[in-house]
Amino acid sequence: MKRTTKALSGGPGETTQLGQLEPGVTLQDRYLVLALHGSGGMSSVYRARDLHFPNVTKVVAVKEMINLATDPTMHEMVVRNFEREADLLATLSHPAIPRIYDYFTQENNSYLVMEFIEGKDLEAVLRETDEFLPEDQVVNWAVELCDVLQYLHLHKPQPVIFRDVKPSNIMVDNHATIRLIDFGIARVFQPGQKGTMIGTDGYAPPEQYRGEASPAGDLYALGATLHHLLTRRDPRAEPPFSFSERPIREINPRVSAELEGTINASLAYNPQDRFPSADAMKTALMTVAKDTGILVSPKAVAAARPRSEVQEVWSFECEDEIRGTPIIVNDVLYIGCYDNNLYALDARTGEFNWKFATEGGIPSRPAADGELVYVGSEDTRLYAVTAERGALAWTYYAGGPIRSNPVNYEGHIFVGSDDARLHVINMYNGQKSWTSEAAGPIRSTPLVQDERVYFGCESSDFYCLDFKGEMKWRFSKAKRAITSSAILVEGMLIFGSKDWSLYAVEAEAGWQVWKFRMGGATISTPAYSEGRIYTAGGDGRVYAVDFRSGREIWHFQTEHQVTGSPIVFEDSVYCGSVDGSMYCLDMRSGRKRWQFQTGGPITGAAAVSENRLYFGSLDHRVYALLT
Amino acid sequence: MPFWDRLFRRPAAKPQPDGAETAPLDPGLLGGELRGPAMRRIMVGTSQSTGVERAHNEDALFALLGSASGEGSVPDFGLFVVADGMGGHRSGEVASSVSVRSVAHRLAKDSLLHLLQEDGVAEDMPIQELVRQALEEANHSVVSRVPGGGTTLTAVLLLGSLMTIGHVGDSRAYLFSNGHGEVLTRDHSLVKRLEELGQLTEAEAAVHPQRNVLYKAIGQGANLEVDVLTHPVPKDGFLMLCSDGLWGVVAEEDIERIVWNSPHPQIACDELVRAANAAGGPDNITAILVYFPAD
Repeated sequence: MKRTTKALSGGPGETTQLGQLEPGVTLQDRYLVLALHGSGGMSSVYRARDLHFPNVTKVVAVKEMINLATDPTMHEMVVRNFEREADLLATLSHPAIPRIYDYFTQENNSYLVMEFIEGKDLEAVLRETDEFLPEDQVVNWAVELCDVLQYLHLHKPQPVIFRDVKPSNIMVDNHATIRLIDFGIARVFQPGQKGTMIGTDGYAPPEQYRGEASPAGDLYALGATLHHLLTRRDPRAEPPFSFSERPIREINPRVSAELEGTINASLAYNPQDRFPSADAMKTALMTVAKDTGILVSPKAVAAARPRSEVQEVWSFECEDEIRGTPIIVNDVLYIGCYDNNLYALDARTGEFNWKFATEGGIPSRPAADGELVYVGSEDTRLYAVTAERGALAWTYYAGGPIRSNPVNYEGHIFVGSDDARLHVINMYNGQKSWTSEAAGPIRSTPLVQDERVYFGCESSDFYCLDFKGEMKWRFSKAKRAITSSAILVEGMLIFGSKDWSLYAVEAEAGWQVWKFRMGGATISTPAYSEGRIYTAGGDGRVYAVDFRSGREIWHFQTEHQVTGSPIVFEDSVYCGSVDGSMYCLDMRSGRKRWQFQTGGPITGAAAVSENRLYFGSLDHRVYALLT
Repeated sequence: MPFWDRLFRRPAAKPQPDGAETAPLDPGLLGGELRGPAMRRIMVGTSQSTGVERAHNEDALFALLGSASGEGSVPDFGLFVVADGMGGHRSGEVASSVSVRSVAHRLAKDSLLHLLQEDGVAEDMPIQELVRQALEEANHSVVSRVPGGGTTLTAVLLLGSLMTIGHVGDSRAYLFSNGHGEVLTRDHSLVKRLEELGQLTEAEAAVHPQRNVLYKAIGQGANLEVDVLTHPVPKDGFLMLCSDGLWGVVAEEDIERIVWNSPHPQIACDELVRAANAAGGPDNITAILVYFPAD
């Protein structure tokens, strides 16, 4: 936190600048300064001796506060404020509050003479160790603090709001008792600073910035202090009021859930949502103290949509694993299976229409245009069959197995093959239009848009070609295969690589804009919705990433790898996992709405049509569920 | 002797006006919009003023725009930076100028010079990473060279049809297109945070006594996290960068009106500064306005 420091013009003798009271100086003919004990902000504390007790060394603390007001009226006002606060302090009596013995004002400075506390403030305690503080110790301190806050808040005639609860204002003395050592009196001495300041208080509640000071504010600051003590994360170094972004147990897992819950309650934005009194918070803390040791976490109330059971509309059994993704056109679902067949099923009822046999497994998704259905097979051929009856229209021979999804665009089919070529085929007669050679097998789906073809290949290169097959640019920054297909959003291509990263590449010239690191290889094709990219990877996670900045918004952990691609429909993200479940997640928060268990891994993506979700599983079945 | 004649000959008589009359200029042609063919290119305007109340100008700005054509040519390139300094004595002025220079140097070197190289091999690092590092470097420079000083910084790197924005503080980048305006950056100010939490309304934030308090700025020390995002350029629209001496003083509708009604971004910038001064000029004023054509 930075503040500009002013050099003060020297007054007579001793007190030219902060911390300049020399040992040996006597104030008021009574207090002999022994040493500077500490300083900060606009005040310093000295260890001094009260000479009114000549036969013993009565040690006191002398707190010196510099009056910064230059205007004489302001100056007067500041001194009077100080004296009023000192009077108030003199009436307080509590084990945690240092006794006030005297106060006086001398030239530019005011002084408080108080009980000298031997010990350490909590900021020093944190500084002197690298470890997390033990929970029971923190809870004990918290209970003592609630006790003194309750005393202050109930003070008559007017409640005293401490207003400055933070680690540097709390000491632990040599008897291990908590002591409050600053009553915000230094506050009185800060004239408002003009111009921009950097840094905020960190512990102060939001309403304090509206000028509202209430007992509930002290409870917020106490919660903020406890948060800092348990997580070792200084709130002054973070955006203000962002404690919920740093959950205590995420940083320090040994903290009990009960304590975390109690502290969270005190950190509510609205004062009314916090504990109604320091006493109430103290009771909650004492309950935690009793129960510590029992590690039962309260049920995290996931605000799941009231959706009781996932409804299966139908399922259909094939003869082998279904690894690919279906496509639905005109109420007919087409999907390939590892039993070498392309199936056509009625999308509404799941009734079998026809199947077409190839000579190899079909891991890819078919393409369809209403009249013909196009499917690639591991037997190296691309077939076009009639949508109605699955009669063969034409066959195209590639040089290697076809594992990429064919794409139809302007009368042509674009498809990649393990023969490292992109094949562009005339849709009507199956004749080759042109091919383009890549550096490795092409298993990703080509993206065809705006007179350009974009695709990645197993050699880790990503290509951009024009419609004549000429290469416009090549992106080679990925370190492993690009099996995922790309999507193009607002001039940027998004795709994943087996090098564990999701890339955003500018579509015109191929510059890398950002890169997002995941926890495992990814072959999923990303989905885009409302400013976010959704993808998944071998680390079993489904991610939501901000499109403009490449930052993670949330992730959801499944129990095994995710090799299929997530899709977005309405406000849900649907993704299947190798753990056998199809998950439905809330698009904004990543919370699970439901999961549907199948009998085998789900490796393909789902498709949505007419409010139904369709997908296949390695348990040989095709499922249709209600969304 | 002809030579001497040439030297000392009196100059030929000046031509006499032939008394012809020209038709008066059509007033409709004068003051006609400069927009037209001129508006098919990217144009930039910049303007600064110390304002009315302040004695020194602690703002700094930098604007660089390049375009090229021809075979294998470099895409449109631009670098625009605004910084609003703070800190006692001259720390503010030094902090803002040091950081602007640091960012401009790093980004020009790592992107423009790379582009201009013969083989034009793209930089290894993602663009967003480049921008992030440039701001972090500026942070280290200010920390070590200007103790007690700090500055906001909003920088936009334009490459082809994408702009990447690096930002910390409460200077702002705006996008004006399709008749409406959008702030692209997030103010790192206390009041903005309170506004986001619903504790203050926008109107309350505008007059809050602590509206100048930032929780993030260049020069604050280690572990500075800056915001970086990428946005496509607008078509027939504007990018505007400005310090709070402009956005905190002139209402957004008025800013938009001035921007859309001026024939050239330079004229708009001068007009914006005038408007801020007319409204009291409580702070230094800086504005950079970039126009992007429709294609």
